[in-house]
Amino acid sequence: MSNNKLSLVLKGLIKENPTFVLVLGMCPTLGTTTSAINGLGMGVATMAVLIMSNIVIAMIKNLIPDKVRIPAFIVVIASFVTVIDMLMQAYVPSLYSALGVFIPLIVVNCIILGRAEAFASKNGVLDSALDGVGIGLGFTLSLTTIGAVREILGSGSIFGLSLGIADYMPLVFVLAPGAFLVLGFLMVLFNKYLKK
Amino acid sequence: MEYFAIIIGAIFVNNVVLAQFLGICPFLGVSSKVETSMGMGAAVTFVMALSSVVVWLIQTYILVPLGIEFMQTIVFILVIAALVQMVEIVLKKVSPSLYQALGIFLPLITTNCAVLGVAILMVQKEYGLLEGLVYSVSTALGFAVALVLFAGMRERLEFEEVPKAFQGVPIALITAALLAMAFMGFSGLV
Amino acid sequence: MESSLKNMVLVLFTITLLSSAAVGGVYMLTEEPIAQAKVAAVNDALKQVLPEYEATTSQDIEVNALPVKVHTATVADKAVGYAVESTSKNGFGGAVRLMVGFDAEGTILNINVLEQKETPGLGTKMTDEGNVLLASLKGKDAAQVKMTVKKDGGDIDALTAATISSRAYAEAVAIAYEAYKVASGKQATAGDVATGATKQAEKGGENE
Repeated sequence: MSNNKLSLVLKGLIKENPTFVLVLGMCPTLGTTTSAINGLGMGVATMAVLIMSNIVIAMIKNLIPDKVRIPAFIVVIASFVTVIDMLMQAYVPSLYSALGVFIPLIVVNCIILGRAEAFASKNGVLDSALDGVGIGLGFTLSLTTIGAVREILGSGSIFGLSLGIADYMPLVFVLAPGAFLVLGFLMVLFNKYLKK
Repeated sequence: MEYFAIIIGAIFVNNVVLAQFLGICPFLGVSSKVETSMGMGAAVTFVMALSSVVVWLIQTYILVPLGIEFMQTIVFILVIAALVQMVEIVLKKVSPSLYQALGIFLPLITTNCAVLGVAILMVQKEYGLLEGLVYSVSTALGFAVALVLFAGMRERLEFEEVPKAFQGVPIALITAALLAMAFMGFSGLV
Repeated sequence: MESSLKNMVLVLFTITLLSSAAVGGVYMLTEEPIAQAKVAAVNDALKQVLPEYEATTSQDIEVNALPVKVHTATVADKAVGYAVESTSKNGFGGAVRLMVGFDAEGTILNINVLEQKETPGLGTKMTDEGNVLLASLKGKDAAQVKMTVKKDGGDIDALTAATISSRAYAEAVAIAYEAYKVASGKQATAGDVATGATKQAEKGGENE
């Protein structure tokens, strides 16, 4: 893989991190990160949809008239979301019920439509796929981090393994305010140490 | 009593933004001024009420009889997108003044996940038409309440000196956290 | 690409058609595994709440005018236990669905939470092994237990800071017991379960 292609993947991790820099897709970021495993699951599901929709949109971009571009993209994205929805229901039912309504809501995750519009509709198939991988990884990493922090602080465990300190931890981190709080402070740390 | 519980539940206890995390993008994006956030709130209420009725009819009379509930996501998002377009066109012709007030917010609503989220939740909760309408309007009102309150706080924040790393979104999120904590006080109400 | 009415309609129509075909295809492929996953979940729950059995039969019994599914476990055509899938709609986050296992004499063997959307860390403790709700029911003769939480004068210990979730749990167990009484032939029709959960919840002021 040439340097250029590699940087396409890596930029999603820090420079164009979808959560901390672009501030996109906030709903699932806050709603599904009650534990590290849920964050990871949501991140992977979103990444799968993102990669596939980026590939398909890059393939058909020249066939779509400009005025109906957005509706066409939405149909493509919604189909992939439905496919992922059904696959998860069939093969990982417990994760599916934990993520709840946020699976169908991947459709309106601004990251996916945003990348379709900003990247896949202007670039080739391979580059678009790599862009999907990069942004998807960045999103997954952010969600898992937020989930891990909330799980440790709120329920005293990590990836479901109890650390034996559950009784001393403030539960508020698993509840709604904790989501805003953890994301806010992680963003501060990100701004201070990683963003150049 | 039933309706009352739905209304209070949707506005305060399970506030769509602060407890269910739907519609966060406009919540963070449009909420820097009280006036614009009121406009956004009104536009969302309008579209949500309309879409809940249309979506309910489609679910009950088309998707369920044909046994194709799995097409739900695709159909709902297309319906909402088309509806927003139509509202925009109709409003422009019929009431230019209302269009002036709400117009700029309408395109943003298609990607407001609260609208799709409420449509899906409404179907999941197996509400009837009237219950669904009450639920979606109260949810939208909850959205508007959160948005306006938040905008008021952010207007004040503009005059404060915020540390550099906190500026922009981070301080907004922390403010939202405090607001969410306040709203937690409503839990147990219904 | 230039937009004209003809190509706009044509392209959108084609894309929608292809997408629907693809989604329909995946639906047909996953229909079977999804159904199997659901059956597997029920079977797992059955194994956890019932004694050793050879076969099960299931029937619907009405409690509070809602159907409740009862699985009767048999060994050599003799009933050895009953597992009841009962639901309370009065949880904090929505419905709480339980699988409650009784032996032939009416002792509660075990309870499995099939579905709940309670607050993580509070109401979700009902799914933990050996939580207080389960501990105050497991191994008890159901006829001797007053199935409301202690706060409401019953015998069930509530989860800390999750009174509404606990009331829903208690209500689901009570419904299950009514259904069990009919299934095991102890009673002809199910009595109504006083839904303490709603009445109490409306008073408000409680934590969850």
